[in-house]
This record gives sequence, C-alpha cells and structure tokens, in this order.
Amino acid sequence: MANGFKPEWGVVLSRGVGVLVILAGILLAAGLCIASKSGQAPGNPVPSIFQTHSTPADHIVRLSWFVLTITGLIFAVVGTLLTYAVLKFRNKAGDLQSEPAQVYGSTQIELAWTVIPILIVVVLFLATARVIHAIQDAPKPTSAVEVTAIGHQFWWEFRYPALGFVTANELHVPVSDPAHPTPTFLKLLSADTDHSFWVPQLAGKTDLIPNHPNEMWMDPHRTGVFLGQCAQYCGTQHAKMLLQVTVETPEAFRVWIHAQQQTAVQDDKEAAGRRVFETTACVDCHAVGGTNGTGRFGPDLTHLMSRSTIAAGAAANTKENLRLWIQNPDAIKPGSLMPAMQLTDADLDALVRYLETLQ
Amino acid sequence: MSSDAMAVQTAGAADRPWVETLHEWVTTVDHKRLGILYILYALVFLVIGGIEATIIRIQLIRPHNDFVSPQVFNRMFTMHGTTMIFFVIMPMLFGFANYLVPLMVGARDMAFPRLNAFSFWLTAFGGLLLYFSFVGGSGLYGAGNAPDVGWWAYAPLTSRAFSPGHSSDYWTIAVMVSGFGSIGTAINIIATILCMRCPGMTLSRMPLLAWLNLVMTAMVLITISPLTAAQIMLLVDRYLGGHFFDTQAGGSATIWMHFFWIFGHPEVYILVIPCFAFISEIVPVFSRKPIFGYPVMVGATVCIGFISMSVWAHHIFSIGMSSYSNAFFVGTTMAIAVPTGIKIFNWLGTMWGGKLIFKTPMLFCIAFLFQFLVAGLTGVMLGAAPFDWQLTDSYFVVAHFHYVIVGGILFAVFAAFYYWFPKVTGRMLNETLGKWHFWLFVIGFHLTFDFMHIPGILGMPRRIYTYEPGRGWDTLNMIVTIGTFIQGIAILIFVANMIISYFKGPRAGNDPWDAWTLEWSVSSPPPAYNFATIPTVASRRPLWDLKHPEDPDSLYE
Amino acid sequence: MSAIANPVTQTPWRLPYRGKVAMASLIIAESAIFTIFVVAYLFYIGKSLSGPTPREVLETPIFFTICLLSSSLTVHLASRSLEHGKRGAFLGLWLLTIVLGGLFLFGTGQEWHRLIYEHGLTISTNLFGTTYYSLVGLHATHVTVGLIMLTVVLLFGLAGRVGPEQSARIEVLSLYWHFVDAVWVVVFTVVYVVGR
Repeated sequence: MANGFKPEWGVVLSRGVGVLVILAGILLAAGLCIASKSGQAPGNPVPSIFQTHSTPADHIVRLSWFVLTITGLIFAVVGTLLTYAVLKFRNKAGDLQSEPAQVYGSTQIELAWTVIPILIVVVLFLATARVIHAIQDAPKPTSAVEVTAIGHQFWWEFRYPALGFVTANELHVPVSDPAHPTPTFLKLLSADTDHSFWVPQLAGKTDLIPNHPNEMWMDPHRTGVFLGQCAQYCGTQHAKMLLQVTVETPEAFRVWIHAQQQTAVQDDKEAAGRRVFETTACVDCHAVGGTNGTGRFGPDLTHLMSRSTIAAGAAANTKENLRLWIQNPDAIKPGSLMPAMQLTDADLDALVRYLETLQ
Repeated sequence: MSSDAMAVQTAGAADRPWVETLHEWVTTVDHKRLGILYILYALVFLVIGGIEATIIRIQLIRPHNDFVSPQVFNRMFTMHGTTMIFFVIMPMLFGFANYLVPLMVGARDMAFPRLNAFSFWLTAFGGLLLYFSFVGGSGLYGAGNAPDVGWWAYAPLTSRAFSPGHSSDYWTIAVMVSGFGSIGTAINIIATILCMRCPGMTLSRMPLLAWLNLVMTAMVLITISPLTAAQIMLLVDRYLGGHFFDTQAGGSATIWMHFFWIFGHPEVYILVIPCFAFISEIVPVFSRKPIFGYPVMVGATVCIGFISMSVWAHHIFSIGMSSYSNAFFVGTTMAIAVPTGIKIFNWLGTMWGGKLIFKTPMLFCIAFLFQFLVAGLTGVMLGAAPFDWQLTDSYFVVAHFHYVIVGGILFAVFAAFYYWFPKVTGRMLNETLGKWHFWLFVIGFHLTFDFMHIPGILGMPRRIYTYEPGRGWDTLNMIVTIGTFIQGIAILIFVANMIISYFKGPRAGNDPWDAWTLEWSVSSPPPAYNFATIPTVASRRPLWDLKHPEDPDSLYE
Repeated sequence: MSAIANPVTQTPWRLPYRGKVAMASLIIAESAIFTIFVVAYLFYIGKSLSGPTPREVLETPIFFTICLLSSSLTVHLASRSLEHGKRGAFLGLWLLTIVLGGLFLFGTGQEWHRLIYEHGLTISTNLFGTTYYSLVGLHATHVTVGLIMLTVVLLFGLAGRVGPEQSARIEVLSLYWHFVDAVWVVVFTVVYVVGR
C-alpha cells in the first residue's frame, strides 16, 4: 500500500465492528423477547402480535417463532463467520509488501452454499404454505357470527345483517369455545379509500378495499378488550381510526345483541335536543333508530352511549368530549369529515343531553 | 494534469468568468461531469429528504405530539419516500454508473453523450417539479401543498374525489418524467457496456461493476415502464375522466397495487444491485484478493434480476388474494433469498484468507455485509405470508426496508464515496473525519432502525401522525428519534469532510488504493477523453497484470 | 496504457452497433408499457357497468390492418435497397411505407370518429371506452411518432442526403417500425378477437 497505514487502528476498528454487530443482534433478540412478553397480563393494552388469543393469530405466532428460529440461526452462523473473517484476516503490522494467495473461487464451496439455502427455503415454504391454507381456507361453521365491516374515512361501521342492527368502531364478538366454536367471520368492505382491519392479538390484517370484498375470521378464546387500528393509509386522519374488539361470554353477547336491536330510547324530557338533532344537518349523516335520522355517512348513533369512545377511539365518550366534538371536531381529530355544527350554546347543550339518553 | 476537467475543477473558477464555467457544466455532455451532476443533485435531495425524515421523527418522539399537523405529516412521509427513492438513490447510482462504467470498460464516453445529458436534465426537472408542488399543489386558489398520498399512491386515494387540487398530479408527472430520464440513461449504459468495451474486454472479463450495472439497467427497462404505464392511466383517470382505478365505475383499486409493485419490487433490486457492484469492487481491493467466484456472482445477479420480476405481490399479501397466489409469491420471495445469500457468501469468501485493510471504504462495506444480512433475514420473515399479515404496514416493515435502503444501500454508497472520491476530485477524503462519520452513522443507524422493529411487533401501524400512549410504543419511539439526530450529525460530518477534503485534502495520485480496474490507470481526475490510447486488456484485473507481470490473472481465467 | 496490452488479442475486436442495441433496449421498455396496457384491457373485459359493449360497436379494421402490416415489408425492402445503393427504389418504397402508415392512422381516426359521434363512446363513458382508447391511442401515438421520423428521413432522402453509408441508421428506424407493427398484431388480437 502506498499510503501510511496504522495497524493498531485496524485492530480497534475490526473489533469494534464485531462487537457492535453482536450488540445489534442482542438488541434485536432482546426486543423480540420484550415484545413477546408485553401484553401478557389481562388488561394490558399492548397489542403485541406475540400475545395472541385467537386461532388465526395463534397459527401465525407458531409460524413466526419457527421462521425466527431459522433466520436467527442463519444470522448466528453467517454473522459469526463474518466476524471471524474480520478479526482473523485483518492485516498484521508490517506485512504490507506481499499480497495474500490469490484465490479465484471454488465450485464445491459454491455448490454447498447454494444447495443448503435451497433446502432451507423449501422447508420454510412448506411450513408457510400450510399455515396459509389453515387460515385462508378454513371452513365457516354454521354457528359462526357474521359481521360486515365497512371502512370509512375515518371510522368503522359494523353491521350484523342476521341480527338486524348497525354499530360503529367497537366490535362485539362472543368468545369461542373449542367444543362449540362460535367464530366471527367478517366481510370487509370499504365506502371510500383503502383501509386495513388489524387487531394483532386476534388475527393478521386484511385490507378493506372498495369494489373488492374481502373476508377474515377470528375465534377469540378469552374475554376481554383487544385493541387495534386501521393499518392501511387512508387519508388525513388514518392515525385516529382506532378499533377495539370486545370479546364477551355468550350470555353477555346475547344481552348486548338484545340491547342493540331496540330502537332508540324516547325520553320526552329531552325532546328539545331531539328536535335539534332532527332539524339540523345531523340527520344527513347519522342515523338514530325511531327518528327521521337515517344518514349513513357517519356512525349510527342509536346506541351511542353503549360505546366507550367517540370519533373512532379518538376520545373517551364523556359529556365534555361529546360537546367539544359537535362544536369543533378539529379540536379532537383535525381533518375528520364531521363538520363543526355551528349550534347555539343552548341547542348544543340540549343536543348533548339528548345524545346522552341514547343508551 | 493539463486536462479540461482538472482545470475546471480546481483552478478554473479563478481565471474564467463563473458564467462561462456554469455554462460549460449546464451544456456538458461529458459522462464524468454528468456523473458528478447526478451525484451532487442526489446529495442535495438527500439533505432535503433527511430534513423531512427528521420532521417525521420529531413529531413521533412522544404520543399525542403536535409538532406538525396531520396534513403536514402526511405530506412529509410522502415526499420523504418519493424523494429518497426517485431523487436520491436513483440519480446517485446513475451518477456513479455514468462516471465509472465508461472508465471501467475502457471507453472515452458513453454511447450517446447527448442522450445522457438529456436524461440527466429530465431527472433533474422531475425533482424540481415534485418540489414545486409546495407552491403550486393547490392551483391558484390557495396556499400550495405537496402530495400526501404516500409514495405508492394507492387508488382510490389519488382520484379527484379524495385528492383535489394538483398535488397528486405533481407527484405523478414528476415520477413519470424522472422515469423517462431513467429509461434514457439505462439504454445508454446498456449500449455503452455492450458496444464500447475496449479491445480484449470480453463479457467475462468485465469488472463486476459493469456487469451488475448491465443487469440493473436491463431491469430498469422492464420495470420502470410499467410504472410509467400506470402513471399514464392515472393521468387519464384524473384529466380525461377515465375509469382505470375508479371503483365507482367498476374499476379496480387492486390493479394499481399490482402495477405499482410490479415496478416497486424490482426497483428495490435496481437500487441494491449497483450497491452490490460497489461492494464487489471495494471488498477485493481492501482484502488484497480477487473477487471470489466471479462467474457465480454474475449468475446470481442475473438470477436475482429474473426472480425479482415475480415477487411483487409479497407487498400486498393483506389485500385478500387467493391462498394459491399467496403461496406462489411466498415461494418466489423465499427463492430470491438464495442468490442473494450466495452473494454474501462470495464476499465472505473474498475476505477469507485475505489481508483486510480497514480504510473507511472497507468499514462501510463490512457494516453493509452485516446489515444487509439482517435486512435479508427480516425480509424472509416478511416473505412468510401469514407472518406478513401481522407485520406488513407496521413499523416492522418500515424498519426492514430502511435496513435495506440505509443499512445496505446508503452504506454502500458511502463506501463508494470514500473509494472513488480521490479519482473524481484528485484528493483523498480525510480518514479521521471518515471514521467519525462511520461510527456515528453506525450508532445512529442501529439506534433508529433496530429499535424501530419493535413497535411494529407491538402493533404500531406505519404512516400515523400520532399514536396513543400506553401501548408500549413511547420509549421505543423516543430512542428511534434520538438515533435520527445522531445520523444527521454523521451526515453533516460527511458533507464537511467532502468540502474540506476537496480544497485541502492530500493529492491522491492515480492509484491511491493499489487497485486493479482501468479507472485507476488514468490520472485523478481523469482527462476529458479518459484514455490517451484505448487500452487493451487480457484479464478481469488489468492493473494486477501490469503490477505483477510474473503472475498475471490472464493465466488463470 | 499500451503496456497492459497482451498479445492474446489476435482476432479482430468486434462489438455490436450501438444504435441497434439502443433500439432493442427501447423496444423492450416499450413492450413493457404495452404489456401493462394490454393486461389492463384484458382484465377489464366485460367489467363495464354500462354500455356500449365492444360487441355492439367495434368493427374489425381488416383493410387498415393489412396496410400497416404490409408497410413492414416495404420498410424492410426499402432499407435493403439502400444497403445495395439503389436510392430510387429506397425512396419509392420509403414513401409507400409512409402512405401505408398514414392510411392506417386515417383508419384509426375514422373508427374513433364513428365511435364518438355514432355510438357516443368516449374515454370516460365506461371501462371499455377507457381501456380501448388508451390502448389503441397509445399504439396510434407510436405510429404517429414513427411516421414523423419516416417523413424526416424522406425529406433528407429527397434532398439527396441519404446514402448507403446511412443504411445502419435506417435499419435502426425500420426496427422501430417493425415493432409498431408487431404491437398492432397484439392489440388487434386483444381488442378485436379476444375482446369481443
């Protein structure tokens, strides 16, 4: 080499590279472990893909660990070889004049590192294809609950066609007992742009695409609330298109169905608020069973108070938030399609009081 | 050193009016100057794209942050993606190809010098058009805005109903125009490699860089064109009332996804194959050994080129294809890991038994090898369709492709900068600053992109301008953002190093690395005509033969 | 640099002509564009939500197809004549090529006129209109570009500037024209045979 070369630097640097890379590997592994541990405790809201409570997600976790093990082994082997090469073959001090042996290649070695990866790939492919088949081609039992999920900018509409009611943003499904499975089959549609239904603990994501109906299923075997959100960029408020699935015991689910099937509560004390609802643009987009509100652009409000959040999970369903949401939606969710309603304070209060009766 | 290029680059400004120098650069058809223009242009956009990335990361440093509005955030990630792919990496790699290919195959210029200039200016115009959207995106009636449809611009978000104004049109036309530039340059590079090689340089004696660029440009022809076709369709929809992607009139949103990814996946290989080329040139020189398994390297690259045309749908496993289609694309996706793995093994084989010299270019190469290995393995995970149903559109996939694009491609580009800067400017880059750049960038990179995988596993989707607290994402996002700043500092050191070394660096001489390919046989910077007499070669390493007449390569090939 | 030279190179060093390589590359790129349009056309066959349908309105343009395909032959003969130095024959055949190409373009225009004014089919009518006008229009654009280039050569030829020494370039241009014809065979099959 023509230029001055400091061999000590070489040692330090090469070791540094090795150490750093090993560290990176450990970090990644540690991350995976943390990821797999979090979300274990009931009520912990971390939607980890490794803490699953439904058959399709369980299938995926098993495949994931298999793939992770194989790729981890490959990383360990190749990473070790690379690190070894970097440490072992660094140029020693004062050895700059002669060139090393010029090796041009070796057919046997090339063959070895072609055939072994091919075998690994075949194994991975077969394992993957099996899981694809198990999830995608699963038969639909007659006991399945059918729900049509429709993606909107930026909220979820859930229709229960066999049961005859519509709700929004918070999906309720029964827990599925392996002896008497009651899986939920979702038909996925979109009213506008692409969306994606993702509740990591229950199933992988499937997109909701206009003019392209999709289907997915889940059979949660534990009650609880599972979080997710829209995973396909759908416009300005993609971030606040949250989703929650409440898994209930069969009894609780039946009670919930019964409540949802009723028309809206008629409380004459709040007739003023109802008049505001019925005589403003509210009814263009929102439906309340038993009133003249039949709009479909926004969430069905018949049982608004049975939901814990408003604006697709962007805010808790409290009186203050409801009022703010009607008055100035941009304060909660800038860019949402709900317009500011420009009501007088008196009308606004009456309307909120009315909405609060919609149990 | 009386050549034109040297005169302009070092002393020219002093004794000639700057307008004349500028005029020379703007009207140049010299492949070396166009190469430099490409690279400088890409560097400018690298800084712009980096600023956009920083804005994204500041916004995400904590939950419910309000550093920017959702509208601005959406524009930022759209512009960041589009800029980095189309206006940083593509022109960067074309710049290197432009500069190096004629020198390495022993030609005096590209096959079509004027087409070369035309293609560059098309690309340049495309970038300016994209950024003009900040002014003209809303037309005359309002403040401007940039496209906010994501860099893959899925239908129907790009339809008039969801994307009024002109922001999407700027995106479409900018990408299309730069695509025409890419096709022009690709044709030029192919013609140069096939028709301009110096005597003796058979295809089997070409430097790997030329071979890999040949494969890359062939892929450009086949894969940029579908994107162009899809963009034409989108323009028909937006301006002539067509229905290609109009779901209300029976059109299909998924066909856009297919068309886009038929371009989009091979594009990844278009970007990474020239980087393989850099690694294949630099690793041998700093290992003091020829590349291990040259024919296998060529074969594996061609193989990657072919297979990469049949894997596109692994980007859209979640759109509800049949289980058979899904299985097919799992198979092809996994298959492409084999030739890619072979390449890594061959670089390992090149280093094995060599004498590794840890100059800055080599450091970047070694980091590339490790990081590209990880990127490949996370790619295998994403290739397993059911695993992908969880990981796609999450931060895991964002981390994965940044591992490819930053950890792989950008590291290789930095290696190339440190390696060829002496040839281009005649001066060495500063080694100390280079090592600061390397280590800071490595640390920043790993802080950012190692930790970015985890929120994805914990259910954090990509492209969200804010997120809910308490889902286990908060600390991780803060670490990711901190890493971004460290990378930013490293980039500033790099830029400073280039500027300082350009004026003050030690003279490089013709062949500072004791290398073996033809570009090192001419002066640094090379004269305008490259070679006074066209060389004749007898092996893959002509300068090795020259330096070791007792044991030339030509005896073994 | 001559020191690198090695006495191995006994055989003369021959490389392909860059014009041909470039045109072949361009043809590959163009083929990819047409492939996408053809795929879109095939994908959307029968998916229009409203009429008119291809079966109702399309008429097979057999005469104009024969014109275009035979122009491939004339352009080939023209470049062959030029190679042999027969300038007169070259100019005549070249002109014939332009006339045949022009006739084809006229045929396309006539069909579009009929579709628009008699059947009310425009590019925004339905999916058929969108895909039909895009695919056929893309091809017609290529014919137009080809005709412009052919005409430029003709003008140079009339000015006496095209001789056998340009035959390699003329060959490159005729390659493009062959490509345009070949694409028409595909478009014709897709639109008038498969698509009805």
